[in-house]
Amino acid sequence: MEIAGEILRRSLPEEVGVSYGSSSDSEELHVLAVDDSYVDRKVIERLLRISSCKVTAVESGTRALQFLGLDGEKNSVGFSDLKVNLIMTDYSMPGMTGYELLKKIKESSAFREIPVVIMSSENILARIDRCLEEGAEEFIVKPVKLSDVKRLKDFIMKGDGEEKGRRTILKRKMQDDIFSLSSQFPASDSVSSELESSTPLYLSKRPKLLNRG
Amino acid sequence: MDRRHLRQQVTYVRKSLFDQGYLDDQFMQLEDLQDDANPNFVEEIVASFYSDSARLIQNIEQALVSRPVDFGKLDDCMHQFKGSSSSIGAKKVNMECSQFREYCCAGNIEGCIRTFQQIKQEHATLRKKLENFFQLARQAGQAETA
Repeated sequence: MEIAGEILRRSLPEEVGVSYGSSSDSEELHVLAVDDSYVDRKVIERLLRISSCKVTAVESGTRALQFLGLDGEKNSVGFSDLKVNLIMTDYSMPGMTGYELLKKIKESSAFREIPVVIMSSENILARIDRCLEEGAEEFIVKPVKLSDVKRLKDFIMKGDGEEKGRRTILKRKMQDDIFSLSSQFPASDSVSSELESSTPLYLSKRPKLLNRG
Repeated sequence: MDRRHLRQQVTYVRKSLFDQGYLDDQFMQLEDLQDDANPNFVEEIVASFYSDSARLIQNIEQALVSRPVDFGKLDDCMHQFKGSSSSIGAKKVNMECSQFREYCCAGNIEGCIRTFQQIKQEHATLRKKLENFFQLARQAGQAETA
């Protein structure tokens, strides 16, 4: 039984033929949460479970890639048969940062369609810019709230062809706006406290996705 | 103590934790995640925080005494600690952590050492207050089912 399973796994092409945008198999979304903080993992697990999502919480980018089957084993498939509908990752993690994890996921033909959300306790414009440019769906400032999760869930549940098209346009427009804004500020990762304390500029540009009201 | 009195006490203690600035909105967010199936979620998270933060405090302490001072490492350690404390809504602790990071950025080791004493104090004070609060809440809850 086990051997048959292994043979089956090896013969599967890398793209496993699942649609990540919809939840056709079950109504429950499966979220992969990545955070090196034990406390934050517990909180995000609870936030997601209370929002009727299945959760797999891992402590590092490396573990996340292992779970997805992207850990360098060319023909391996992830340990779980559950398809992942959303990845939520902390930005600052030892070893592989959330940004590096994001890049690896977007470089993968099998998983690049999975929406990736970056979470960070630091509201740094250049960081947000970089993540969104690399394909992150959203950048959430910690601590993550129930309303954030609810909003994400709604967003993903609605995901279909038309919506995706609109989303891409919205993202590109917003990127243009951020690029024109970020050129006004020094290109460094550190931001003046004045900027940090004001409402993040990207919020006003993406009312649908990032309205935290 | 009768049930009504206990419940009044719990409400009073809880309110004062917020009024005196020990806790912020994030604690309320955690309370919202509690339900009949998970009635002790907040207490569990706080317990996790305190057991985890012992390690983080040790990391900071080590970084504070090592010479030459590695402010980058110090900031990283504090970033982890601050993240956890803000996740449970530990307002005063969090504010001291921000102060610490400012001293760190400025390369002011004495400021860091001084502030870290404050952090440890606030951390310990909050622990006692929360333990008291949870115990009271438990008593009130038990009185309810009696």
